[in-house]
Amino acid sequence: MPEDAKSKPVPDCPEEMSRRQFFVKIGAGSIAAAALGTAAFSYEYLSPNVLYEPSPIVDAGKPDHYPPDSVTLDPQTAIYVVRTAEGFFALSAICTHLGCLTAYKSDLGMIACPCHGSKFNRDGVKIEGPAPRPLPWLRMWMSDEGNLMVDRSQAVAIKQLVRI
Amino acid sequence: MASTLEQLVDQVRENRIWRSIFRSGTGQSNLRKALVVQQNVFLHLFSIKARKRTLEFRATWYLGALTFGTFAILVITGVLLMLYYHPSVPQAYADMKDLQYVVSSGVFLRNLHRWSAHAMVFLVFTHMFKVFYRGAYRTPREFNWVVGVILLLVTLLLSYTGYLLPWDQLAYWAVTVGSNIASAVPLMGAKIRFLMLGGTAVNANALLRFYVLHCVILPLFAILFIAVHFWRIRKDGGIYAGDHSSEVSS
Repeated sequence: MPEDAKSKPVPDCPEEMSRRQFFVKIGAGSIAAAALGTAAFSYEYLSPNVLYEPSPIVDAGKPDHYPPDSVTLDPQTAIYVVRTAEGFFALSAICTHLGCLTAYKSDLGMIACPCHGSKFNRDGVKIEGPAPRPLPWLRMWMSDEGNLMVDRSQAVAIKQLVRI
Repeated sequence: MASTLEQLVDQVRENRIWRSIFRSGTGQSNLRKALVVQQNVFLHLFSIKARKRTLEFRATWYLGALTFGTFAILVITGVLLMLYYHPSVPQAYADMKDLQYVVSSGVFLRNLHRWSAHAMVFLVFTHMFKVFYRGAYRTPREFNWVVGVILLLVTLLLSYTGYLLPWDQLAYWAVTVGSNIASAVPLMGAKIRFLMLGGTAVNANALLRFYVLHCVILPLFAILFIAVHFWRIRKDGGIYAGDHSSEVSS
């Protein structure tokens, strides 16, 4: 292969680059840009834009379904509807440790996780186990039809009861 | 009797069609034996010569070869299981049950796949311990140890992705827990979990993603790195069978 760059006189100015160096830089730059673009497109492709998952908003039904002073788990939606003497609140049933579905033990009066043994009281406060946070309270409100509604995607910081 | 058989074998080897495929020729010379290995696309990964000592049981306990054997069983049984399995919710569970109770030999193939998977994980670890305690990871074999670590991770990922496919309670909660462990990665944990599951919960997208990883992507990675792993044995001077001088002195 003829070495074009070597047969021509070397440029005097040190800041000038040879034709070969120029094309190597252009080539390497193009490959880098293409690789970055491919990474960005791959990330976009692998992130679904539409999810066919159940709605985070749950209709928990009429308040009369829940006996006074009770904790009711709906395993399908993974929420507890807790009825106290003062009113209602909704608690996430998903353990804050690693996402297992917890269960309410009525004889102990506490919520227990079958996976790694975390226990919570019915306000969601941790009693024991590896769970790092209490079970979050979820936003709950009364619909116009008089049904209890829960938004599973919204944890509420201020613990408020829904009174009827 | 033996001579007529040898004559027959030599006749086949000198046949024009045979010679067009295997060019190493006939005879018992060392050159020919070397050519048989060197000119074969599969065998050329290996050395053309091996010390007898390295082929003894005590050198390796054949753990690497046994691991490769379980991998071969897993590929064959896995491809057969794919013929009856739909990676969709909730059909996957029904297909798994059909394999157990309806499909002829289905329960045999499924159990063979399952036990071989357990055996492969076990053998990979014993192979690693054997290499470690023999000191076979030392120069010039240190990079093949690294390739081995990659293969260990691929094996564990194959095991983990295969865990979800029966779509039973164990599978569902194991992957729920596993994906939540992934989300504990600082800063990008939630993103990793989202990409892994193709959503926010273990659902149809997660099952399909794990299926594609389990049946296509991870096996391809495994085959690629197994080839490199074998080829490096030759490049690093053959299988390590212990240091002779230290054996004598001790």
